[in-house]
Parts: sequence; C-alpha cells; structure tokens
Amino acid sequence: MSIQEIEKEIIEEFELFGDDWEGKYEHIIDLGKSLPKIKEEYKTDDRIIKGCQSKVWLHSELRKGKIVFTADSDAIITKGMVALMIRVLSNQKPEDVVNANLEFIVKIGLKEHLSPTRANGLVSMIKQMKLDALAFLNS
Amino acid sequence: MIDVNKIRADFPILNRKVNGKPLVYFDNGATTQKPKQVIDAIVNYYSEHNANIHRGVHTLSREATELFEEARKTVSKFIGAEAEEIVFTAGTTDSINIVAAGLDLPVGSEIIITEMEHHSNILPWQLWCEKNEGKLKVIPVEVDGTLDIGLLESLITPQTKVLAVTHVSNTLGVINPVDALIKIAKQYGLIVLVDGAQSIPHMKIDVRELGADFYVFSGHKVYAPTGTGVLWMNKQWVGKLKLSRSGGGTIKTVSFDKTDYVEGALRYEPGTPNIEGVLGLASALKYVNEIGIEKIAKHEHTLLKYATERLNEIPEVEIYANHLEKAAVISFNVKGAHPFDVGTLLDKYGIAVRTGHHCTQPLMARYKIPGTVRASFAMYNTLEEINIFIEALQKSIKMLS
Repeated sequence: MSIQEIEKEIIEEFELFGDDWEGKYEHIIDLGKSLPKIKEEYKTDDRIIKGCQSKVWLHSELRKGKIVFTADSDAIITKGMVALMIRVLSNQKPEDVVNANLEFIVKIGLKEHLSPTRANGLVSMIKQMKLDALAFLNS
Repeated sequence: MIDVNKIRADFPILNRKVNGKPLVYFDNGATTQKPKQVIDAIVNYYSEHNANIHRGVHTLSREATELFEEARKTVSKFIGAEAEEIVFTAGTTDSINIVAAGLDLPVGSEIIITEMEHHSNILPWQLWCEKNEGKLKVIPVEVDGTLDIGLLESLITPQTKVLAVTHVSNTLGVINPVDALIKIAKQYGLIVLVDGAQSIPHMKIDVRELGADFYVFSGHKVYAPTGTGVLWMNKQWVGKLKLSRSGGGTIKTVSFDKTDYVEGALRYEPGTPNIEGVLGLASALKYVNEIGIEKIAKHEHTLLKYATERLNEIPEVEIYANHLEKAAVISFNVKGAHPFDVGTLLDKYGIAVRTGHHCTQPLMARYKIPGTVRASFAMYNTLEEINIFIEALQKSIKMLS
C-alpha cells in the first residue's frame, strides 16, 4: 500500500472513535504495546532522538529498495504514535518517505502531539525518518 | 479559614475549560495564575500612567516613578526588608546570575550547593567555577528528600566562600532547614544565598530573621506577572556587589574616562525596567497580604495532607519525599508508567500537572528516574479538585496498565 492509502486507512480507523478520546488513547496505547521492539543493539544512547521528556530510539535500513524502520520509546503513548508512524512510513521507497506530508496526524485529532511543548520526540522522530530516507536516496 | 470561592472569583482563568472539562490547575510550582487585581494593575498602568521612570520631569513620568518606587516599598515590607535593599530583576534566575557574577571571590573558591537545586541555582555557579578554577560542592539528599545538614560542616574548607541553597525544593516540595544551614555557614563566614522561588508563595518570609546575605525570588510564582523578580541583598552588599551589567539609569555622571554610579540598589537596574510587571508584582503581594500568607499556608497544607492521603490509597502510586513537612507540592510516579503518559492523560481530563525532570536533573539521577508527575497547589485550589484529580488519575492508570 502507498503512504496515502495507509494514512486513509488509519483515518477511517480513528473515525470510529468519534468524540471518545479515551477509546482513541486506549487504541494508541494498544498500538504502542504491539510495536515490535527495536533490537537491543540499536537501543544505544547515541541513537536516542531527543524529546525533552520521553525518549525515542530509531533504526532504519534499506531492504530491496525500501526503507525499513524499527523504533522504541520509554513512554507508551509516544510508542503508540511511533507505531503509527512506522505503519505509514516503513516498507516505503525512500523518496516517498521524504515527500510524505503526514496529514493523518492532524486528521485523527492528535495534532497536539506535534506541538513543540509536548517535547515527546515525535516531531524529531519524523524529521529523523526523513533524514534517513534522504541519506538512502543520495547513497 | 480562607474563602476559596471568593478567591476563585478573582482569577478569571479558573473559569476556563480545557479539553471540554473545567480546568484543574495543579501546576502552580511552575507558575501561578493571576488575580484580576494584578491584571487590572497592568491595564491601569498603560491606560493612565505609562511613561519612562526616573528621568522625566513631566507628570506621567513622575506618577510612574512614584508607583514604581511605591512597589519597591511594598516588596520590601513583604519580606521584612528595607526598600534600599530591593533590586528588581527578570526573575530568580536573573537574580542568581547577578549575584554569582558580582561576588568578588578569589580564584579557586569553593561554592556549596545541594543535590536538589534547580538548574538555575547550579549553572550560574558552575559558570563562575569554570572561569575561576572554582569548585562546586554538593550536599546530598536523603531518600526521604531531606538534606543531611551535618554534612555541611565537613564540606567546608578555607577555600569555601559561598552557600547557595534552595529554601523549598521545586521538585519534591521539601522545606529545607535554612535557619540551621545559615547558622553553620555563618560560623565559617560564608556568603549565603537563599533561592526563595518556591518558598515565597507558601510561607511568611522575614529576611532579617533568615540571616542570609541574599534572598531571591520570581514574581510569577506568587501571583505576579512573568518577567519580574527580586534580588534582596543585605544592605552591606549594596554597592559592594560588583556590577556585571550596566547602562542607563544607574549613574550620577558619565564621561569616557570615568563613571560615578548611584549609591543604592538602582545601580543594579540598568535600562528601562519591567515597569508594568513590577506594578503587577506589588499588586499581587498586596493581594496575598489581604488574604494573609499564614491562612494561605494553612489552606495549602490541608490540600497537601488530603492529596497525600488519597494518593497513598492508590497502590500503583509512589510518592517521593512522602511526608508532610513540605510546601504544597507532591511529586510521584505511577509504577510501570512514564510520567509523560500520566501527564498526557491527565491533561485530557482537564488537569494541569507538571511532568519531567523539573529542571533538577541531578536530583532525578539521585532517584534513578527520568522524571516525576508533580502536582503543586495554590490558594485557589480545592479539596473537590483533588477528588477530580484522583478520579482522573485512577482512570489514567487503568488505561495505561
């Protein structure tokens, strides 16, 4: 599936919750719990994407022309957001990752997580995912 | 007893809804909300008296200067000081920087702080040490959040010149025995700075009784506008503390060869000050005076006691410094949950708490945790709000488990 198709799928999935924010967050927490963990060897301090409060570790590699992301976080809500990002951007062509505008975050009502005061590392993670994709594109 | 409903009516922001829920504001340790009396003081200044102070001969300038200097008296009375000893600054951080840069210490001096200091009472001293081959020494924190004051004496050497200590821990709420610490420090002739950022809103302060050389605080933590701060210095320091910054308004005469500075505290206030902020600060302190700081402290202690009891009932909650010898602050974690997750969910329920390291990373390292959830109370908080908070916390814990 393309990035846009996956985004559409996620938007539809979240529409089911309507105004039920508790349901929405329970879903995010479940997504966080189901996130396949990053290999311990990649969970080093120099790989931490700095948010002020929660940490995110990210690893990327190129397999058959597609970029594969694995990640982890020490906060479960952040981890749920990370899981969503991986679902959308992993197994995609590097150029598509670079060009993705990721409107789904706003559309599913989670734009507060993009605020700089949230300091949850999500914004930095998206930036790092794109930088990694750009590096693969140029290599 | 204080009339909380009457007080709440003075704070317009408390009528706000957050995420569709009535705001429960428990982040008072970061900054307090402002009563309409303070907001009105700012509006009134700009509507009626705005002019630059200390120079103009015209009416508005005279009025503004009078209001500003009247504010200095209000602040000095609030802490039992003299007006000449009050320097208006941008905040606690600014005040500490002015002191750290202005003490004429010999190269290689040692400065003693505590493990629970806010970064603002670490970094200015660290900066001084880096420039002057100095050394920072640290009084450790016990597991219950108290200081081992017996250790102070063992840390003092002939090179030790300064003790800089927070009155109340911003992260834990623990009230430090500053009287005992100052007594010991003074036996060895140390210069003492007390960081009052977290004590000023919660207890009666009398700088003469305290016996420190410097007491500093921020206006915004005591219901005043942001960008206001106070540096109180014992009058022996006025003129003796070196200038680390200079400019207009601080001088008698200036020529390119030599400048004569004014004698009083004004020499430490270069440039046009935060006039409306200072007037707001005076208004805030008058407001506190009208209600009475002792009554406020009693009310806040009731809140602390009740919140502690309720939190102790929740098995997943671990409180740091779990006792009641504190200002109105409770720091805790939920077992197995990151403070960020707890704070995010509480916000959805309309509850504002602080999460993270609270700018005290060495203290977090001491407890080996990334951060805490901190609920901190003010005069306008209620027992009912604590019930709402506990219910939301229990729901959040269920969601996170």
